[in-house]
Amino acid sequence: MQIDRYERRWMVLTAVTLAVLFVAVMGSVLGAGIQVPGIDGQVDPRALASTPPFDRPGLRELGPGRYEATIVAFIWAYSPNEIRVPAGSTVTFTLTSRDVVHGFRILDTPVNTMVIPGQVARVTHTFTRPDTYLFVCHEYCGVNHHTMYGRIIVE
Amino acid sequence: MSLAQRRLVSWHLYVAVGALALGASMGPLQALEHMGIDLYRYVPFLASYYQGLSLHGVLNVLVWTTFFISGFLTFVTSATLRRPLYSLRLGWLAWGLMTVGVVMAGWAMLTNQATVLFTSYPPLKGHPAYYFGLTLLVVGTWLVSANLFLTWRQWRREHPTERTPLGAFGALVTFVMWDLASVGLAVESLLMLIPMSLGTVEGTDPVLARAFFWFTGHPIVYFWLLPAYVSWYSMVPKQAGGKLFSDPLARLALLLFIPFSIPVGLHHQFTDPGIAQGWKMVHAALTFVVFFPSAMTAFTLLASLENAGRARGARGWFDWFFRLPWRDPSVAAQLFAMILFALGGISGIINASYNLNLMVHNTAWVPGHFHLTVGSGVTLTFMGISYWLIPYLTGRRLWSPKAALVQAWTWFIGMLIFGRGMHWLGLLGAPRRTMLGAATYAQLRPDWALPSVLVGVGGVILAVSLYLYLVQIVATLFFSREPAQVEVPEAEAVSGPEHAPFWFERWRLWVGAAVGLAALGYVPTLVDLLTRFTPVPGLRVW
Ligand code: HEM
Ligand SMILES: [Cu+2]
Ligand SMILES: [Cu+2]
Repeated sequence: MQIDRYERRWMVLTAVTLAVLFVAVMGSVLGAGIQVPGIDGQVDPRALASTPPFDRPGLRELGPGRYEATIVAFIWAYSPNEIRVPAGSTVTFTLTSRDVVHGFRILDTPVNTMVIPGQVARVTHTFTRPDTYLFVCHEYCGVNHHTMYGRIIVE
Repeated sequence: MSLAQRRLVSWHLYVAVGALALGASMGPLQALEHMGIDLYRYVPFLASYYQGLSLHGVLNVLVWTTFFISGFLTFVTSATLRRPLYSLRLGWLAWGLMTVGVVMAGWAMLTNQATVLFTSYPPLKGHPAYYFGLTLLVVGTWLVSANLFLTWRQWRREHPTERTPLGAFGALVTFVMWDLASVGLAVESLLMLIPMSLGTVEGTDPVLARAFFWFTGHPIVYFWLLPAYVSWYSMVPKQAGGKLFSDPLARLALLLFIPFSIPVGLHHQFTDPGIAQGWKMVHAALTFVVFFPSAMTAFTLLASLENAGRARGARGWFDWFFRLPWRDPSVAAQLFAMILFALGGISGIINASYNLNLMVHNTAWVPGHFHLTVGSGVTLTFMGISYWLIPYLTGRRLWSPKAALVQAWTWFIGMLIFGRGMHWLGLLGAPRRTMLGAATYAQLRPDWALPSVLVGVGGVILAVSLYLYLVQIVATLFFSREPAQVEVPEAEAVSGPEHAPFWFERWRLWVGAAVGLAALGYVPTLVDLLTRFTPVPGLRVW
């Protein structure tokens, strides 16, 4: 097969660009520590009421400036749907769903995860400045999906 | 081509256009809703925004595409091999199964019994007719591909040393890729969704189902895209008055999709809990690899179009672009499709980028992205193809080439505005698949208002374009009296097929490579999910 000179240059250029982009992405994973959700455990969605930590959803202080927020998603709300933390807090969100697939997106932050029944989702974020952050369900979860949200008040 | 065979192809296109008519008609309603104008109360058969959205997703992206592709590639195979289809009966059987499937799924959706959106994620539980219907649609495509392969085999026996003509070659590549890719959906459907909806199992595992869904759900975009590439490579250069730059490179680009399109599906599940980060990263890397053949396509097409422009007397660096036959609606539509597709490809790189994906996953950005790719790159190309194919098949001239030209322009402009609005909304965090105008939190985000207006305005322009297209088709079928003189466009190449190595057509080699890579990319994750199988009961939530 003959490959034209320009075509060959273009192919090399494309390959190099893609490699550079990929390395940049990996750099931010390792450098900035931005992580996507992974394997964080499983629960029986029908037995959440008796499965810690989901039997008692809410905010728990782990240490100075470190919190864990346990949130249960269900049609069509989160429990709890309001969380207050001081500015500078690092919050680990531990979520699961009681029924169908939901989403969890904290606006204006990189926090973004699916909330799938049977699976535990865990994501961490540090809230540096005081503000009110909305979190919304971004996966269709039934006819009132667009009413499913909550807020994080950083004081 | 025989009348009987033309009729078979035509009926594929009719079902396709019918599905688009209903499915895409929901689009402007959705777009206006985002802008705060709720027209749903005037549509008596819709119980909710989400019922409309289910119809929109399924009919556009599963039915319009599948039927158009099956018809178009059947046509291309038989036309470029210059021989009749292996079996007309098999062709009609496939069409019949697919059509029955669409009627079943359509009935379930229209009666609000399957408002589960086109992804059908369990434990959302729709009517069994919906899942059976979509399964029949997939089975139908397997019969279509069997027919094309048998046709090719007959041709091969008579031409043992020739290269397969590029059009037929592209059609075969598309179906080899699709037959492998669709296995995921078949498994999900038969072993998980259908038993769940029939109530014969206590529930099903949502993450495992999502993994099977996206096993097919990513490569399905290449099932939509490759037929557009077939037209861009093997026909558009001729329609534009030039030659394809390189036939062997076109073949190579098409072929690379067979092994590389499948082991990338986890990039739709970057944010799914229950799947290891390491495997997500492997799929992210492979996604960058599968971008490569599209970049090759961009180069080859630009070079071919430049060739066409120069053949039409262009000089200098950019003059060729303006010398292309922009007044031919079929060419204009496909050139616009290419431009919009390129823009969509760029936002696709963001989606694929493992952690950048967190900014946009499941936001309005995503429908913004795929309206540029499948909603424009593919759909507008198919519209452009139908501007010569329908006259060819029916022998009737296009009712109004001028209206067709306006249609291409309005789709282009409408989609630029709509796409800009959706991408912007997504960056501001607006969720997708959401009745945004009615969302209880939307007033808290005044910054969503302006991009929502772009979505609404773009949507209205798109509606004009859509109806121009539908009127064109109907009017051509019923009111166009003049006979058509259409030739099937078949581009010659500067560097011809004789330069392509023969192993390009060793299908076993490519299938083997694809199966191997798919196994590498998926088996560990699937085994892991199977050992942690957690059944969740199905639920109707609409
Ligand atoms: C008249 C032109 C169209 C307009 C105005 C339009 C508008 C929209 C809007 C506003 C959404 C977002 C809904 C939401 O996330 O809540 C959407 C979703 C979607 N559109 Fe379109 N659309 C059009 C044509 C098409 C075409 C031609 C296709 C494909 C061939 C398509 C495929 C889809 C799909 C697959 C979804 C996602 C559905 C889901 O998330 O379940 N659309 N459309
Ligand atoms: Cu939800
Ligand atoms: Cu939701």
